[in-house]
Amino acid sequence: MLTVLLDGVASGMLLFVLACGLSVTLGLMNFVNLAHGAFGMAGGYVCVVLLNRYGVPFLACLVAAALFAALLGAVLERTLYRWLYGRDHLDQVLFSIGLVFMASAVVDWLMGARQQLITLPGWLQGRIEIGGGLATIGVYRLFLIALCGAIVLALHLGLVRTRFGSRLRAAVDDAVVARGLGIPVDRIFAVTFAVGSGLAGLGGALGVEVLGLDPTFPLKYLVYFLIVVAVGGANTILGPFLAALLLGVVDVAGKYYVPEVGAFVIYTAMVVLLLLRPQGLLARGGAR
Amino acid sequence: MSGGGTTLAAAVPARTGQAAQPGRRWGLFAAEGLFWAAWPAAYFAFPDYLPLLSQVAIAALFALSLDLLVGYAGVVTLGHAAFFGLGAYTAGLLAVHGWGEPLSGLAAAAAAAALLGLVTAPLVLRGGELAGLMVTLGLGLMLYEAANKAAAVTGGADGLQGVEIWPVLGLWRFDLFGRTAYLYSLAVLFLMFLLARLIVSSPFGLALRGIRANAWRMHAIGTPVRARLVAAYVLAGAFAGVAGALLAQTTQFVSLEVLAFQRSAEGLLMLVLGGLGRLYGGLIGAVAFMVAHHVLSGVTPQFWQFWIGAALVVLAIAGRGGLLGLLKAVWARLLSRRRGGGSTAQ
Amino acid sequence: MTAPAAALETRGLTRHFGGFTAVDGVSFTLVPGSRHALIGPNGAGKTTFVNLLTGAIRPSAGAVLLEGREVTGLPQHLRVKRGLARTFQINQLFPDLAPIEAVTLALAEREGLTARWWRPVRAHRALEAEAATLLARLRFAPVEMAAPTRDLPYGRQRLLEIALALALRPRVLLLDEPAAGVPPEESREVLEAVAALPRDVTVLLIEHDMDLVFRFAERITVLAQGAVLAEGTPEAVARDPRVREVYLGEATAHG
Repeated sequence: MLTVLLDGVASGMLLFVLACGLSVTLGLMNFVNLAHGAFGMAGGYVCVVLLNRYGVPFLACLVAAALFAALLGAVLERTLYRWLYGRDHLDQVLFSIGLVFMASAVVDWLMGARQQLITLPGWLQGRIEIGGGLATIGVYRLFLIALCGAIVLALHLGLVRTRFGSRLRAAVDDAVVARGLGIPVDRIFAVTFAVGSGLAGLGGALGVEVLGLDPTFPLKYLVYFLIVVAVGGANTILGPFLAALLLGVVDVAGKYYVPEVGAFVIYTAMVVLLLLRPQGLLARGGAR
Repeated sequence: MSGGGTTLAAAVPARTGQAAQPGRRWGLFAAEGLFWAAWPAAYFAFPDYLPLLSQVAIAALFALSLDLLVGYAGVVTLGHAAFFGLGAYTAGLLAVHGWGEPLSGLAAAAAAAALLGLVTAPLVLRGGELAGLMVTLGLGLMLYEAANKAAAVTGGADGLQGVEIWPVLGLWRFDLFGRTAYLYSLAVLFLMFLLARLIVSSPFGLALRGIRANAWRMHAIGTPVRARLVAAYVLAGAFAGVAGALLAQTTQFVSLEVLAFQRSAEGLLMLVLGGLGRLYGGLIGAVAFMVAHHVLSGVTPQFWQFWIGAALVVLAIAGRGGLLGLLKAVWARLLSRRRGGGSTAQ
Repeated sequence: MTAPAAALETRGLTRHFGGFTAVDGVSFTLVPGSRHALIGPNGAGKTTFVNLLTGAIRPSAGAVLLEGREVTGLPQHLRVKRGLARTFQINQLFPDLAPIEAVTLALAEREGLTARWWRPVRAHRALEAEAATLLARLRFAPVEMAAPTRDLPYGRQRLLEIALALALRPRVLLLDEPAAGVPPEESREVLEAVAALPRDVTVLLIEHDMDLVFRFAERITVLAQGAVLAEGTPEAVARDPRVREVYLGEATAHG
């Protein structure tokens, strides 16, 4: 029971790291980026290739995955995404689905359709008992909780304490006014997009062991990301974070206790949550 | 291929000729005639490709149903395959359980899909546009998962086997070469197209265009906007249900793919490829898409998927005119050049 | 229910937005057949008040009565069916549709036809004829009727705003700054259209332009900070010192 809970928390935190970039794209730029998972996938494959083919240490692989995805995000943002800011949602939907299809095809071509596996370094393997034998938790899950927790904290502080954070929040509130105040909104968008993509890449790399990795990754987890954003809202770190935790626990518990129902639980949860929380981010985004 | 060529050429005046000048109207009429004549012509020209041609007709009907919803009513959906799939399973299950009469199968599929539309419309149309989009996605995925898990009924990942369809109207047996299947699909497509054309030219269709352009004003002229959108959603669902049923009946098999997200996305691609909100756009987009699919997917499947993706990206960035819009622009350019030449000669 | 005296009436109409009270207990009566103007400085609550009248937003308290029948809980489109139409301060048109199509659409809605899908619009010949007559009365040339709305000059678009409302054959018409933003050389036609409104239609004009108000209105209500500041004939309102105070800048500027 407690084991399931802890596993759920770990995968929830992972989901948050993967999805928080989307909450900015969708919330801040009102941009329906269904291709967000592609950045996670990119990070995952970078990690797999470096680790398995070139024997790069795991931590270095994580850094490389994040950097690569951030770079990819920055390049795509400057070259393609910017054309679609402020356009109809239909255009954005088509565009980002197109990106997903392209990304999946390229990955399939380069790496094949099979699930990618990695071998974690020894220090991240095994399980330990906690709470005097109440439960056991994988060392890697513990590592995830610690690392993702640190990222959440860093993001929160970054958003609240730094100048960039306050400018970003101003741009979220009202891009026009922020521009009028001389805040370089476009550059902030670009940087934020890159950071969000980088985090997704890191999440993808961390998730190879937990979520799996194959060319269908971006579509398979799209719903998860959308739930996190839809339920959590965009203006805080806390909202999406709690949503991700909840989702992680529900998902793990669902797979553990009622495996025959499968992904149905998550899709149902998504629809129900969307209906319960229409006043969230999405309603704001949809209001004309 | 040449079938596709004629239809594209035929489409140009179909779009430009909205005005009621008699000459134009005749041109439009001729173009439409040519478009529809190309289909039976293809029956004789490509006897070996009849199963593919049936698929083209079915895809065209699916794109047409999306156009009613997305192009006319302005409701974007990511889960339209739900209706297609429900229609396919309805017709397929009826046949498996001993009722293989095709026309009533289509009607049952339409009814089931319409019912699904009626039940889900309040959910989809409740919040903002973006929330609705996500709900359609979620509902589509839910239905896919449900069909996958309910293997006892649907056959799950193995698909629904043993679909036996009786002769159409008791006269034409479904043959191995797909002749009956093609002509049957074509007839259904044509009739459904006529129905769609009637609908979009009616006061109801005009109201949908009004809602898409400015829902706020529609409230102020007294239109119950929500009710009209629900009607459009149900109607488009029923059309898609018929398309799905056609697939089940003509291939005598239903696989989980009928519900896949891929199908919803490809439907949007066909529609945008052809041009949104003009009926023929969906049809032409479907033809172009299916022909391209046939040619390209021979190379490698990933290659094909890559090019769909690229097409989506380009279309999204370039705007929504689609092929019809492009041809219209070229046509207008040509006309103005000719006219310009005339005036300099004077 | 009160006697069928008022075309439109509000009782203690109030609307809060969070801690802010945009409309504060407004009781107001529109006499049938009258030409009434609603004025007030920016932020007086005029727009919110109009939206409460039409049902675009719900009041926090109070009631709206249309020809003596309470419509407070009624959605916008049903109030239209009961004879309340409006125009918009900022054009709310159908850019892709031609004026003739847009007016036909409004007529079809008035006749309760927009749920019908089994007959083409073209077959409803009477509608198109009526639309053409209506537009011709507003001095639309046939070419303008058939051109996409987005291509029309701004003044024409303002006229189309009025045409769409008139097509509904309203008994009460709310005109929200009909001449706003129209260049002077085009404004005459808009003003003529307003002056030529049928006499059996009760008109409430929400306006900024004092010229137009004093030329048009038989009665004026002044709204300030969400409440009724003054009400009376144009002369009485013009003399009212409180109104002069609120309006000092604008009123003197317009003479």
